[in-house]
Amino acid sequence: MAIELKMPALSPTMEEGTLAKWLVKEGDEVSAGDVLAEIETDKATMEFESIDEGVVGKILVAEGSENVQVGTVIAILAGEGEDVSDASPVASPEPAAGEEATAPAESAPAAAEKPTAKERPADPEIPAGTNMATLTVREALRDAMAEEMRLDERVFVMGEEVAEYQGAYKVTQGLLEEFGPKRVIDTPITEYGFAGIGTGAAMGGLRPIVEFMTFNFAMQAIDHIINSAAKTNYMSGGQMRCPVVFRGPNGAASRVAAQHSQNYASWYAHVPGLVVIAPYDSSDAKGLLKAAIRSEDPVIFLENELIYGNSFEVAQLDDHVLPIGKARIMREGADVTIVSYSIGVKFALEAAEELAGEGIDAEVIDLRTLRPLDTATVLESLAKTNRLVVAEEGWPTCSIASEIIALCMEEGFDHLDAPVLRVCNEDVPLPYAANLEKMALIDAPRIVAAAKKVCYKD
Amino acid sequence: MRSLQERFEKSKRYKASEEELLAFYEKMLLIRRFEEKAGQLYGLGLIGGFCHLYIGQEAVAVGLQSALEEGKDSVITGYRDHGHMLAYGIDPKVIMAELTGRAAGISRGKGGSMHMFSTEHAFYGGHGIVGAQVPLGAGLAFAHQYNEDGGLCMAYFGDGAANQGQVYETFNMAALWNLPIVFIVENNQYAMGTSVKRSSAETEFYRRGTAFRIPGMDVNGMDVLEVHQAARVAVEHVRGGNGPVLMELNTYRYRGHSMSDPAKYRTREEVQGVREKSDPIEMAKAELIKAGIDEDKLKEIDKDIRAVVAEAADFAENSPELEPHELYTDVLVENY
Ligand SMILES: Cc1ncc(C[n+]2csc(CCOP(=O)(O)OP(=O)(O)O)c2C)c(N)n1
Ligand SMILES: [Mg+2]
Repeated sequence: MAIELKMPALSPTMEEGTLAKWLVKEGDEVSAGDVLAEIETDKATMEFESIDEGVVGKILVAEGSENVQVGTVIAILAGEGEDVSDASPVASPEPAAGEEATAPAESAPAAAEKPTAKERPADPEIPAGTNMATLTVREALRDAMAEEMRLDERVFVMGEEVAEYQGAYKVTQGLLEEFGPKRVIDTPITEYGFAGIGTGAAMGGLRPIVEFMTFNFAMQAIDHIINSAAKTNYMSGGQMRCPVVFRGPNGAASRVAAQHSQNYASWYAHVPGLVVIAPYDSSDAKGLLKAAIRSEDPVIFLENELIYGNSFEVAQLDDHVLPIGKARIMREGADVTIVSYSIGVKFALEAAEELAGEGIDAEVIDLRTLRPLDTATVLESLAKTNRLVVAEEGWPTCSIASEIIALCMEEGFDHLDAPVLRVCNEDVPLPYAANLEKMALIDAPRIVAAAKKVCYKD
Repeated sequence: MRSLQERFEKSKRYKASEEELLAFYEKMLLIRRFEEKAGQLYGLGLIGGFCHLYIGQEAVAVGLQSALEEGKDSVITGYRDHGHMLAYGIDPKVIMAELTGRAAGISRGKGGSMHMFSTEHAFYGGHGIVGAQVPLGAGLAFAHQYNEDGGLCMAYFGDGAANQGQVYETFNMAALWNLPIVFIVENNQYAMGTSVKRSSAETEFYRRGTAFRIPGMDVNGMDVLEVHQAARVAVEHVRGGNGPVLMELNTYRYRGHSMSDPAKYRTREEVQGVREKSDPIEMAKAELIKAGIDEDKLKEIDKDIRAVVAEAADFAENSPELEPHELYTDVLVENY
C-alpha cells in the first residue's frame, strides 16, 4: 500500500512552509522515526519524521520549494515491492491550469445556525383577589431567600457579616435564627476564597447564595466568577453545572467615593455563561431572586443599596417566581421609549411623569435581566415610539446603554426617527465631595432633557 | 523567628524623656479630639459616607510612626486613616476639610475619609479595599530598595484584612526579596461585627509570617512606650537589610466600625472595661503625672489641642466647595 506523505503542520497556526531539504532520496528504505526532510516555517526549521516504514517511492515536491501548503502530498512511500515511480498526487491543492478552482471542502468553516432567542414567557398572571403586601426591597430579597431555603435543603447563604450581624445592609436579617449556622455562614474577609468555595460547592451539587458586601469587593473574586463559574459548563460539554447566585449591592451608594461606587452591570453582562439580573422594585427583586436560586446557571444578582429601603407592592402568592430574561414595561407611552434598569428606573419614571406634564407620552422599560437581554421588548417599543433614550446609573463607555444603542442600530434602524441617546453618569471616578457627586450621577432632569431632544422638542 | 520578640522582651518599654513622653501624649490627644470632632460633624451631616474613627487605637500610630523618619519612610494603611496622618504631622485642617469634601481638603475633596494621601509626608493612603494596602506597601518597599534610599515602608492592616489571600502572596515576595517593610496588624479584635475568633484559625497574628520566615512581634498596642520600643527593634532590623518584620499590635476600637454600626456584637461592659483599664491616653497621662509634671500644664495642652481641632473644624465647614469643572480634572494626568 502506497502511503502519501503530506506537508505537515508544525504549529497550530502554520498554513504553508518551505521544503528546505530532503534527507532521503528515491529508493531509500526508511523506518518510523527517520528524519525525511527539513521544513522551514516563518518561525523555525523543523525535522519531518517518518511515522511508517517503507521505501521512498517518489518525491513530488523538490527541495527548495517555497510556500508549500500544509496538506500537499510531497512524497509517496511505497510498500515492499510496490512501484510508484509514476505516481502523481491524488488531490493537489494547487489546481492545474484550466481546471475550475474549487476550495477544498474541509477548509470551509461549517456554517452553524445560531440559536434564535426563545420566546420568553410573560410574567404569570396574578389571580384576581390576590392579597398585595407592601414590602421593602430588602424584605423582598430576604423573603425570597428564606422561601427557597425552606423549599430546598441545598440552598445556603455565605458571605461577610451575613449571619450574626444580620447582613451589612440587613438583607439576611433573621436567616441565621431560622436556618442556623450550617446554612447561614459568616466568612472571613476573603472574597476570592469564598467565591471559589461557593463556586465549588455549586459544582458539588449545592445551591449557594454568595453575598458580596458590595460588588466593589467582588473584584477580588472576579476570576472565580468568570473563569470558574461562567465557563465550566461550556468547557465540560454541559456536564458540570454551577448553580450559584452571587448577590449584593451594586452601583453608587451615597458619599462613599470612587472605590465603593461602581456599577458592574456591563462587566458581567459581557460574559457568556453568566445570567445577570438587576431588579428595581420589590416584586421583581423577590420573583427574580427566587428564579435565580432555582436556575441551573451562575447568576449575578445586582441590587442597589439606595433602593433597599423603598417599598412596593408584592403579590402574596405561594410561589412568586418571575421569568429570567424578560423586560417589564413599567409605563406605557407612545412618543418616546426610556430603557433603564435598577435605580435608573426610578429616575426614568420620574422623568416620564415630568414629560407627561409637557405633553410627551413616554414609555418606560425596565430591562430587569441584562443577560440575556430581552431585545424583543425593546425593539417592539421602538417600533411604536420611534425614539429611544437609555438611562443608566453607570459609566457610558461600553455600557448596557451602548449595547442597547447597538441593538437599535442593528435591528431597529428602520424604526428610528432620531439617534438613540444615552443618559449615563459622568465619565469620571465618583468624587466624594457632595456637590461633585451630585453632578456626576444621573437624575430625572437629564433624562427629561434627552427625551425632549430625541422628540425634537427642546 | 522569635529573635526580635526576645530582644524586645529584654526591655519592653521605651525609656522616654519627659519631653518625648509629652510629645507622644500630645499626638495621641490630638487624634482623640480630632476624631471626636469628626464624629460630631458627621452627626451634623457635614461629613458623609463611611467614616471610621481611630479612637482607642491612638498609641499604635503614634508609637510606631515616631520610630520612623517622616517624609522618608513611607506609611500606608486602610480606610481608618485619620490617626496615621495626624501621627505623621499632617495638618489637621486639610484632613478635616477632606472629611467635609471641600476644595481645600488633602485630596481636594475627591477622596473623603477613606482616601487621603500626602506624598510630601510619604503617606500613601487611605485605601478602601480591605487588604489591598498590603501588596501596595510591599511595592513601596520595593521602590525603597530599588532606589537605595534607605527608607522602609510601614504597612498597616486590620485583623480582618489579615485573612485576605493577597496578604500571604505579599509575605512570600517580601521575604523572598528581602524587602524593607514592617507589616503591622492592628488587631482591634473586630472586623466590623466579626470577632477575631470567629474569623481566624490562627488568632495570634504575629505568627502568621512563620511559614515565610518573617519574624513576628507581639505588642501591647495600648501602651505607647511599649509600642515605640517594639517599633525601634523592628525598624532597626529592617533597616539593617534583614527583610520584613510582622508586628501584631493588640488594641481596641471604642467606637463602632464606622458611623452606622449597631454594635450588637459586643457588650457595653466590654468597651467600658477596656476604656477604664487600658486607655492609652490615660496611661500616658498617669505616667506624666508620676514623672512630676504639672497638672496645669496638661490642662493647658488639652485646651490648646481643642483649639487646634476647633480651628480645623471651622476651616472645614467654611471653606468653599469644589468648582464644578473639578469633576473632570485628575482623571488622567496627560491630555491625549
Ligand atoms: C475587599 C473588601 N471586602 C469588604 C469590605 C467591607 N469592609 C470594610 S472594613 C471591613 C472590616 C475590616 O476589618 P479589619 O481589617 O479588622 O479593620 P478595622 O476596621 O478593624 O480597622 C469590611 C468587611 C471592603 N472594604 N473591602
Ligand atoms: Mg479590626
